[in-house]
Amino acid sequence: MSSLTEPLRHHHQHCDDLFVAAENAVREGDWSRARRELSAFLAAMETHFDTEEETLFPAFEAATGMNMGPTRMMRHEHAQMRDLFRQMDAALESRDATAYASAADTLLVMMQQHNMKEENILYPMCDRGLDAQAAALGPVLRERLEVE
Amino acid sequence: MHPDLSFDQAPPIDVPFRFFLTAPLFGIAAGLLLAIVGGEMFASRWMPPALAGTHLLVLGFMLQAMCGALLQFLPVAAGANIWRPRWVAGVVHPLLAVSAVLLVTAFLSQRSGLFLAAAIGLALGLGLFAVVTGIALWRTPARGATVMALRLALLGLVATLSLGILLATGLARGSDWPLLALTDLHAAWGLGGWALILLAGVSYYVVPMFQLTPAYPARLARSLPLLLLAVLAGWSLTFDPGAAGRQQVAFIGGVAVSSAYAVSTLRLQQRRRRKVSDATFLFFRVAMLALLGVFVSALAITLLPALQNEPRGAVWIGLLAIVGVFVSAINGMLYKIVPFLNWLHLQNLCGMRAMPPTMHQMIPERRMRGQFYLHLAALGMLLAAVWWPLLARPAGLLFAASCAWLGYNLLGAVGVYRAFKTRIRADASDRRS
Repeated sequence: MSSLTEPLRHHHQHCDDLFVAAENAVREGDWSRARRELSAFLAAMETHFDTEEETLFPAFEAATGMNMGPTRMMRHEHAQMRDLFRQMDAALESRDATAYASAADTLLVMMQQHNMKEENILYPMCDRGLDAQAAALGPVLRERLEVE
Repeated sequence: MHPDLSFDQAPPIDVPFRFFLTAPLFGIAAGLLLAIVGGEMFASRWMPPALAGTHLLVLGFMLQAMCGALLQFLPVAAGANIWRPRWVAGVVHPLLAVSAVLLVTAFLSQRSGLFLAAAIGLALGLGLFAVVTGIALWRTPARGATVMALRLALLGLVATLSLGILLATGLARGSDWPLLALTDLHAAWGLGGWALILLAGVSYYVVPMFQLTPAYPARLARSLPLLLLAVLAGWSLTFDPGAAGRQQVAFIGGVAVSSAYAVSTLRLQQRRRRKVSDATFLFFRVAMLALLGVFVSALAITLLPALQNEPRGAVWIGLLAIVGVFVSAINGMLYKIVPFLNWLHLQNLCGMRAMPPTMHQMIPERRMRGQFYLHLAALGMLLAAVWWPLLARPAGLLFAASCAWLGYNLLGAVGVYRAFKTRIRADASDRRS
C-alpha cells in the first residue's frame, strides 16, 4: 500500500516538470507559451502549498502537538517561494529573460531543498504520526491535488 | 522517534563564507608558486615545491572549501546540527589557514620545526572539526546514502590527518620510516577516502537538485563509499612498503570504483529534465570527465612499460585529480552555494517587505562562465606542462588568474549582499523615525 504522503511526493515531480516547461519556453523566447506554462506551474504550486497548509499540516500539528516545529518552517519557506513566484511573474511580464533565469534558478534551489526536507523528514513523520487518520485523509489529499 | 527538527539550524552566513573566501587565495598562491618555480616543479611529485603546491591546493583550497560547505550542509541537508558553529568556525578556519601556510613553508624551507608546528595546528583544527561534525552526524535522525557517505568521509579525513601527522613527525625527525609508501597511503586516503566520498555524498543530494536528474541508483549510492573505504582499509591493514604490486592493485581498484561514480553522474546528467547548461553544470561535467581521465591514466601507467618508471605520470594523475576533479567541482558548487545563501539570508532579514537580488544578480552568469573557460584553459595548460615544462610558468599564471577571478566573483556576491543589507537597515530606520 502506498503511503499517505505519496500523492504529495508525486506532485513534487509534476511541479518540477511544469517548472522546466516554463523555463524552456522563456529560454526559447516564446513568451506567450511561457505565460501559459508559468501560469500552470504557479497554479500547481499554489495547489500544493494550500493542500499542505490547509490539510496535511493542521492534521500533523493536531496529532503530534508540534506547532512550532517543522511545519512552521515549511510555511515560512512557502512564503519565501511565493516571493520568488512574484519575481518570476514580473520578469515574464516585462519579458526580461535574464531576470527570469535568475529568479527561476533561485527558486529551483529553494524548491528542491524544501522538497527534500519534506520527502526525507517531514513526510515520513506525517506517515507515522497520521497513521490512524490515513484512511480518511488520503482521499482528501489526492482529491485536492488532482483538482487542476 | 520524532526528531526535533525545526530545519532552522543553518549557521550564520559568515561561518561558511570565511572558508569560501579564503580558498581562492590558496589557489592563487599555488599558481604563483608554479609560475616562480617553473617546469622543475613537475619533474617529480617528490620535489619540495611539488609537495608545497599540492598542499596549497588540498589543504588551502579544497579543505577550506569543504569544511566551510560541510558546516552549512550538515544541518540543512542532513539534519545534523553543529554545536556552536560560529565558535567552531572561528577556531577551525584560522588554524587550517595558518597550518597550511606553515606546512607549505616547511616543504619549501625543509625546517623541521615548521613541520611539527603545522602538524600540531592541523591536529587541533581538524581534530575539533572532526569531533564536532562527527557528533552531529552521529546524532542526526536523518538516514540515506548521503548521510552514510558523509560519515564514512569523516573517517577518511581522520585517517588522512593521522597519516599526515605521522609523516610530518617523520620528516621533522629525519626518521627512517618508509615515508614514500606512507605518503602514497596518505594521498590515497585524502583524495579517495575523504574528498571523493564527500563529493559523492554531496552529489547524491545536489546533482538531482540542480539539474532535475533522476536519483542515483540506490545500490551504487550505498556501495560506492563502502567499496572505496574497503579498498583503503585493505591497503592500510596489509601495509607493506616493499609490496609495490599490491599497492598498484589497490590503487587501480579504488580508481575503478571512482569511475563508476563518474559514469553514473554523467549518465544522470544526460537524462536531466532541466536543459540549462549553467556554469555549475559545466564545472561538474569537467570534474566527472577528469575522474574518468584519472582511471584511464592509471590504467595506462600501470600497463604500458614506457610509462611505468616515468615520474611525471604521477604528477599528471595528481593534477587531473586535484585540479581537474576537485577544484572544478568545488568551483562549480561555490557558484550555487554562495549566491543562494546570500539570497536566503537577505530574504530572512527583510521578510516580505522587500525583494532581495536573486542568484544571477549576485554573480552574473557570463562572469561565472568566463571564469569556467579560464579554469578549463588553466587545467589544459597545466596538464600539457607536465610533458612540456616550458608551459609550466604560463600555466601557473593562468591558474592563479582563474582562482583570482573566482575570488573576485565571490567577493562581488558578498558586495551585493552587503549593499542590500545596508539598504534594508536604512529603510527600517527610516520607517521607525
